[in-house]
Amino acid sequence: MPDSVGLELLAQELGEAQPHTVLQTVYFRDKGTIVIEPAAIGPALEHLRAKGFSFLASVHGVDYYPEEPRLGVHYELLDMSAVDRVTIKLRVPLDNPHVPSVTPSWPTADHQEREIYDMFGVIFDGHPSLRRILMPEDYEGHPQRRDFPIGGEPVLFTIHEAEGTAYTQ
Amino acid sequence: MSTDVTRTSEYRQMEESITMAPLERLGSNELDQELLTLNMGPHHPATHGVLRLLVTLEGEVVRDLQPIIGYVHTGIEKTAEDKSYWKVIPVVERMDYLAYYFNAYAFCGATETLLELEVPPRAQYLRVIHMELNRIMSHLVWLGTSALDLGAISMFWYCFRDRELILDLFEQSSGQRMHTRYIQVGGVAEDVPRGWAEKLREFTSQMPSRADQYKDLLANNEIVLQRLRGVCPLAEEELLKLGVTGPLLRAAGNPWDLRKASPYCSYDHFDFKIPVGAEGDNWDRFAVRVAEIYESVKIIEQALDGLPEGAWITDDRKVALPPRHELATSMEALIHHFKLVTEGFRVPPGECYFPVESPRGELGCFVRSDGSSKPARVHMRDPSFVNLQATAPMTEGSYIADLIATLAMLDPVLGGIDR
Repeated sequence: MPDSVGLELLAQELGEAQPHTVLQTVYFRDKGTIVIEPAAIGPALEHLRAKGFSFLASVHGVDYYPEEPRLGVHYELLDMSAVDRVTIKLRVPLDNPHVPSVTPSWPTADHQEREIYDMFGVIFDGHPSLRRILMPEDYEGHPQRRDFPIGGEPVLFTIHEAEGTAYTQ
Repeated sequence: MSTDVTRTSEYRQMEESITMAPLERLGSNELDQELLTLNMGPHHPATHGVLRLLVTLEGEVVRDLQPIIGYVHTGIEKTAEDKSYWKVIPVVERMDYLAYYFNAYAFCGATETLLELEVPPRAQYLRVIHMELNRIMSHLVWLGTSALDLGAISMFWYCFRDRELILDLFEQSSGQRMHTRYIQVGGVAEDVPRGWAEKLREFTSQMPSRADQYKDLLANNEIVLQRLRGVCPLAEEELLKLGVTGPLLRAAGNPWDLRKASPYCSYDHFDFKIPVGAEGDNWDRFAVRVAEIYESVKIIEQALDGLPEGAWITDDRKVALPPRHELATSMEALIHHFKLVTEGFRVPPGECYFPVESPRGELGCFVRSDGSSKPARVHMRDPSFVNLQATAPMTEGSYIADLIATLAMLDPVLGGIDR
């Protein structure tokens, strides 16, 4: 894990290479995080890949409800030779949830970006096929959002088919 | 005799008179070049769960493949947000249902990191023993079902016989055969009962010879060799781009294993090797997993030999339940018990990603706490979910029969993929 000084150096180099990219650095529980501008995610990850962080371990979505900007996307980068991890975070508002996709240059992000789109409604521009992955294709809403109610999923059983589908409304 | 000879030669003459030209023309017919889209699954015995594959075939050759998943999505991550931390453990265990100790440990590890909680050494060793038993169990299920896919039906019974011994050990230590809820935040649920260690030693003494038998049965078998050796390889660089970890990556020659690379849970106390392959074909994937069984047995024996005395769960009363006998005498213990059971413990706000090496690769648990007693977000980076993306590059251009063998060697667990 990079120590807090190493994290600051990494963030500074990233800020010099890509001006107005780095918003904040967080060092928490022996783990470094760089918060960046959503639009700059592609070049920022490329910059870190050149630094040795060449393995994208995980991409996950977070809903920071009720804070704004609400939706977050985290990229867990791993340097296998130095055994080093760093997290890149970005936040997008709910009314404009657009993030450039990193799938073309990091093929591992394909399924995970689709999952975040499915669960949180973050739109990854440039993704080769941004479709729902876990929920049914005709599903409405993004169930992992914090204000999405739990339970109450209407299920139509064959025995009730004759009564119609009005009860689901 | 002489009539036989003439009859044969007449037959040969007749055979030679047949011209194959029309058949060869038929081979280049455009009809034959047509692509066929075949739907495999979701209910198919060779997909190891409810996995649906849309396969585009040209004759028998796979040209394109698209996995369609989500059939057993049960919203475990959403459910976890509505439960206090200690009640989340049983639901996350049900994600990858062959690696429940790993799921529980990844979640507990993330929570312990957020709490900055020390885990007693005895608990760490007990966790290691159970996780390695779980790894052997998972590999046995994989070996049995994969051999079934290749047509070796008896392997399935042998592997499940040994798996049963491990499940008996789980049942004795925790009361459950599967989804044991043994690993708790701060330690393990209970100390192992009397007689358990002897039973475990009995198991570890016979497991290597059992694995030898399985290797003898399969590794020199002509059919297995032809189905696996040199089939559907994928280079290390491709695997890294696709985020593949675990035995699949090690089969391609990359010795990345989190137990060695960044030891957690006192894995650095044990002496074990990381089996790696050379070609990255199905044979290497098979050989790496079988070799891992022996290494896991070695780890278990060392952990049992060096099992430290002492507490098996943290004595932090704000996190772990007080011992039962204290409830009758101590008011404070009663209050702690009541608070823990009703509300649960509160976790300082923050975010944490905790990766462990599961039988299928890097299993990472991301937990975000908002300071309350329920996690604000739990996300599992499930290795099967990520590794599944490698199916298409592995099998493109190979026969559909090899697709079945590759899928078996990929070892996806759909409960983990769909969560």
